[in-house]
Amino acid sequence: MDNPLGLLTLKILFLSCIAVGGFIATVPELNRFVVHVQGWMTDGTFATLFALSQASPGPNLIVATLVGWEVAGLPGAALATLATCLPTLFVAYAAMRFRTRHGQAGWFRMVERAILPIAVGLILATAGLLAATTSGAEPRRLALTGAAALFLLVTRRSPLIPLAVAAALGAAGLL
Amino acid sequence: MADDPPVPASPVTPLQLFVGFATISIVGFGGVMPWVRWLVVDRRRWCSAEEFASLFALANFLPGGNVLGVSVMVGGRLAGRRGSLAAVLGLVAPAAVLVCLLAELYRRNAHLEAVQGMVEGMGSAAAGLIAAMGLRMVWPLRKSPRALVIVLLVVTAAAVLRLPLVWILATMLPASLIAARLTER
Repeated sequence: MDNPLGLLTLKILFLSCIAVGGFIATVPELNRFVVHVQGWMTDGTFATLFALSQASPGPNLIVATLVGWEVAGLPGAALATLATCLPTLFVAYAAMRFRTRHGQAGWFRMVERAILPIAVGLILATAGLLAATTSGAEPRRLALTGAAALFLLVTRRSPLIPLAVAAALGAAGLL
Repeated sequence: MADDPPVPASPVTPLQLFVGFATISIVGFGGVMPWVRWLVVDRRRWCSAEEFASLFALANFLPGGNVLGVSVMVGGRLAGRRGSLAAVLGLVAPAAVLVCLLAELYRRNAHLEAVQGMVEGMGSAAAGLIAAMGLRMVWPLRKSPRALVIVLLVVTAAAVLRLPLVWILATMLPASLIAARLTER
């Protein structure tokens, strides 16, 4: 099978089936596949696609959309996006029904109590890693990260406000 | 193959779910999870904070994007199978179209310093939004030393030691289960 569109779709389908902990965890493997195994793009192109998907609104998995777009145009983007969503759609729906049925059971409560702190820890770790990469140890950018967090903690206003301020500061060359 | 009966006293339609999720998909810069929480808990009050936290925790142990998993579960709980589909379509489709447009726009303007600065500034703020979401989720755990120790261990393992996720889950899940069992009243 030499068709890049089919290969990429199958690869993403497989990755989204094993991506426990969020789609972002599969990005290194996606990179290895499209750059080093298949040679469809350079490392530099992949890095740009990733940065753009982070700067764009929407869930992290749209990095796969962009990779599909780069490899096979519109059909690539569409199939790559579908491949990221379908496995989760089925599995999460089944999990939700299971939870509705057994959610009051003692053992289920206990498993939930065990899982929650791990999930919270992973979120905080993601925030820490992201702050470190985006700031490049530049104090002004770290302060911006802290200010954005504080804004969301003390007000209930839209998160768009700190993002717009940050975009304006960056565009003015103040960061 | 009948649909599940909808959650009682739930006036939410698939269309409302689609519109809600599509809106945050378009404004949700910097990873959409903080926005999903804002929409579902703060803005629309579709779920309580506790329920959201527990759905979120469950989604982290399912394959695929965890935002996606939460959306499927919130949509499904409020409006059955069609609710799940509406939430996912709203969450993903507008963002997928937008990111392709953005990639073309960037290709034409990547040489401008202001454009690069803007993208970088938004990255820093996005990290802060995720931190705020994590801290908000720690707050309900504040009276449980068991949970706080596990949060701390996971943060250290993932952000400081940078261990592979599979290792973290394989060690911390049994440890956390034992701790939860021992502290059960």
